Amino acid sequence: MPEIMDRIKEANQAVTTGLDDSTIKHWVTVYIMGKGYRVPADITIMQAMEYAGYRFVRGAGCRAGFCGACATVYRTAGDWRLKTALACQTRVEDGMYLVQIPFTPAEKPTYDLEKEPPDGTTLLKYFPEVARCVACNTCTKACPQDLEMMDAIQAALRGDLEEVTELSFDCIQCGLCAMRCPAEITHYHVTQLARRLYGRTLSVPQHVLDRVAEIEAGKYEDEFQRLMSMSREELEELYRTEQREKGGLKSRDASRVTRNGQGEG
Amino acid sequence: MPDDTRHASRVTRHDTLSPITHHSSRIPYFPGCALKDQARAFERSAQLAMQALGWELFELPRWNCCGTVYSLASDDLMRHLGPVRNLVRAQELGEGRLVALCAMCYNTLARSSRFVEADPERLRRINAFMDEEPDYRGGVEVVHLLQLLRDEVGYGEIEAKVARSLEGVRVAPYYGCMLLRPREVGIDDPDSPEVMEELLSSLGAEPVEFPQRAECCGAYQAVSRPEIARGRVQEIVSSARRAGAELIATSCPLCQFNLETHQNVTHHSSPIAVVYFTQLLALALGVPGDQLGFELLRLDPRPVLSKKELV
Repeated sequence: MPEIMDRIKEANQAVTTGLDDSTIKHWVTVYIMGKGYRVPADITIMQAMEYAGYRFVRGAGCRAGFCGACATVYRTAGDWRLKTALACQTRVEDGMYLVQIPFTPAEKPTYDLEKEPPDGTTLLKYFPEVARCVACNTCTKACPQDLEMMDAIQAALRGDLEEVTELSFDCIQCGLCAMRCPAEITHYHVTQLARRLYGRTLSVPQHVLDRVAEIEAGKYEDEFQRLMSMSREELEELYRTEQREKGGLKSRDASRVTRNGQGEG
Repeated sequence: MPDDTRHASRVTRHDTLSPITHHSSRIPYFPGCALKDQARAFERSAQLAMQALGWELFELPRWNCCGTVYSLASDDLMRHLGPVRNLVRAQELGEGRLVALCAMCYNTLARSSRFVEADPERLRRINAFMDEEPDYRGGVEVVHLLQLLRDEVGYGEIEAKVARSLEGVRVAPYYGCMLLRPREVGIDDPDSPEVMEELLSSLGAEPVEFPQRAECCGAYQAVSRPEIARGRVQEIVSSARRAGAELIATSCPLCQFNLETHQNVTHHSSPIAVVYFTQLLALALGVPGDQLGFELLRLDPRPVLSKKELV
């Protein structure tokens, strides 16, 4: 295992620090939209595409497996299955055929949450295509989060908002399910509406009510005003000091976070 | 492939695949979507009734929609994934039977089960597609609750457990299509069914015979051509009314919906409430009326039942 980690580090160095290719020991060939590229082994699909010279303007986001922006469709050599993944979370394999999905053109109805009853009729009102589900399970097979998405849609069909919420909670809205569904269901929008409706029916915990009361009573007003009146430099210094006191960041890292804090997506 | 021949021998029914249900009085049931939403009264009353009879219906785990409308195209295998997946769930439990309550679910599941067992190639292709599931081997028997009541619980047993006779209540048993047709999956003789009449009689009620009891209610035409459903329902309900019915009993949430919403109510005819047969069964077995979801129906049967002091 340590050997593999060293190899990963080694391979990643070429991309992250621009080391000379002559130091890379392991290479694979991938095909990006049909064209072959030789790339360092053990890097992610996203890194491989950038190594090959692509620059992402869509189809990339948090680079940490959370935002769902980098949906990828690929095949591997000798396998007839079309596979799906997040480009930032999946390592290249020799002979991979890759394409990035920049956007899923799914229909997204607008609704007023306060005006809709929290039950299955609302889901079917905005997403009647849910009733077209034939239980083929293609959505589940496509899900890079390994969610039981078909079960979630089936729960939506029978109006079980709690079950939909439980089953779809880790959805990152990459859209791969919707792209593969033969019934043209937009699973990630359906389940999001279900989670919103379900969330609305939950009783608010006391600690939240207490905190809201504190805020409304002005408990944090002075502190808030103090922060709002600070300059950028003062804020950065305050952040560094506080992080150091908490032991969360070493001084070297603190400046890096500030510089890259905007994210790359 | 050796796999194919194995499938071929496995799906032959009635030889090696006798029901392997573990507990004779504990049996998995398939609720279906309607019973979790529009027809909650049906599920609730069925469970309470079976409990009163000493049986336990337990919900099939991880079930999905039955498929709703059975596909008549012989090559439309995709439409059989839903029903067959449910049969896989029962098979995974080691159960040889699956009880359906909704007549539509019963029909689709039972026909789909026969469809895949009739041709090993169909089943092989469906299993190959569902490669993430264990193969369906065939042999799970789909039964309707009315069959279970007739063939296994028995009318005598039911009659003996009646705590509150429905004496004097005139009920029109409405079968519709899905319990009786096609003949291969019909739970009774499609031309002269008697299972619901017998059940109602064993509860002390008076089953009303009416000629329209097995006519179609208009089914899903209610969505796109409501006038068709309206015409059918008005014939059915007036036929029941002429025969003297005070209530109509059904086992299909779609029939129930159509019969309730498309009745022609004039100043000389008051509406007839449409109940699930399980509501009457549970009531007769002594389950308190306020647990049976009568308030969830669009037409309230309680005025009729309270006249006989049943609720």
